[in-house]
Amino acid sequence: MPPAIEVTDLRKSYGDVEAVRGVSFNVERGEVFGLLGPNGAGKTTTVEILEGYRRRSAGEVRVLGQDPESRDRRLQERVGIVLQSCGFYPRATVREAVEHFAKAYTRPRDPAETIALVGLDEKADARTKELSGGQRRRLDLALALVGDPELVFLDEPTTGFDPAARRTAWGVVRRLKELDKTVLLTTHYLDEAQELADRVAIVKSGRIVAEGPPAQLGPGSAHYRVSYLSEGRRVEHQTDDPTELLHRLTRDALARGERLEGLEVARPTLEEVYLELTHEADSV
Amino acid sequence: MSVVGLAWEQFRFERKLFWRNPSAAFFNFLLPILLLVLIAAAFAGDDDELDVLVPGVAGMGVLATTFTALAFNLTLLRDEGVLKRVRGTPMPPGAYLAGLIGSAAVNAFLQVAVVVVIGNVAYGVDWPNDPLLLALFTGLGVVCFAALGVAFSHAIPNEDAAPAYTNAVFLPLIFISGVFYSADELPEALKAIAEALPLKHLIDGLSEAIVGGGGDAATAAAVVAAWAAVGIVLAVRFFRWE
Repeated sequence: MPPAIEVTDLRKSYGDVEAVRGVSFNVERGEVFGLLGPNGAGKTTTVEILEGYRRRSAGEVRVLGQDPESRDRRLQERVGIVLQSCGFYPRATVREAVEHFAKAYTRPRDPAETIALVGLDEKADARTKELSGGQRRRLDLALALVGDPELVFLDEPTTGFDPAARRTAWGVVRRLKELDKTVLLTTHYLDEAQELADRVAIVKSGRIVAEGPPAQLGPGSAHYRVSYLSEGRRVEHQTDDPTELLHRLTRDALARGERLEGLEVARPTLEEVYLELTHEADSV
Repeated sequence: MSVVGLAWEQFRFERKLFWRNPSAAFFNFLLPILLLVLIAAAFAGDDDELDVLVPGVAGMGVLATTFTALAFNLTLLRDEGVLKRVRGTPMPPGAYLAGLIGSAAVNAFLQVAVVVVIGNVAYGVDWPNDPLLLALFTGLGVVCFAALGVAFSHAIPNEDAAPAYTNAVFLPLIFISGVFYSADELPEALKAIAEALPLKHLIDGLSEAIVGGGGDAATAAAVVAAWAAVGIVLAVRFFRWE
């Protein structure tokens, strides 16, 4: 089976401004893939091309094997979209909205079950204008899932959420993964990418500057930190080769007949990698 | 579900929500009726004036329920991102718009019926002379002003500007097109503008159908149909989903 999403040398220009400058990546079926980057990096433009909202300037794009530019109804049946900001019918209830959107699909998910999936059961009969920001976002998710899509696009799904609402939203994304859905997620929250994504691509100024599982993402220039307590003060070393450093430190300590109190080895966090990479890309 | 089935579902959804919006119900139904009643009170007993007023308010009703309502609602739906959301689903765009416009058309027919009934029951204006012609002109007016309403929504920059833009067309148009008094009494320049625009001709057609009296229905129909064609081309050519 081909990957859920294939992007090859994608480019998009608005007049003289090149928002996306040669992006390539694949998203495998069943994978949660995160596009991570600062505002204006080209994440949303990329996703909106994949969703079929925008035409690309150059490059190849396949979504579930089809070209999204065709706006084929059969493709749209298989894709669920959560946009960054988008309205509802203010006077429809949650139940009415979900039931109405379900009608556009050949094999929808049960509307009541979809409402329960996103945790809106208690608000099912509330009008959409009465919902809080977090509840509206959950309704966004319900409307994207009611078609029972194979692939779900989530564009900054938790921007503006309080911590509790974020946890709930993260739970829903994990649930999607359990249901074997493919998810393409954009976010500028590092912890969100780290928490949810199987793989992330860091996007900066319209280009991908790093790609991989968040835990293994390019330690390249970001260093492991090894620290321990010496005479009550924490001493920290940075290294690209923690094995060698640890061996040396412990050997020396043993030779002196000391213990390395409070020894810690820290892998570079995604945040460090991210800051380093986006900074680097800045100076290119 | 077929495209027709989905258009029907969208239509039913729009109908259900329409009555939950008191301000839309007011502008679409109560305001034209209020104007009819108040102005008819001023003209009480003057049959000639009432014969002008009833078709005039019926024409204004078609304008309000289609042109104004669609220009306003589409701007709102576009600005709020509802159109973009719908565009991301398998709902065919044509089915969606057909449901939306169909709902406006129902309001237009209801409005014309209510005005004709009030005109007869309260003010003794005769029942329509030619009901079939009345239905035809109402239908033609709906197509024309619905298309122009969709087209005009493309020119409205955002939802905050929508009331100003729609009223900037609606108010002058009803005053020069002979809604409340015969347009024959207007200065020549305004008469020429009204002649070029579709509302006066729609009212002429409705007048011929309701009270009779020698209007040139064929010319009226031709002008409204020509504007309908212009409206459809502009509505389709410049449609924006976001």
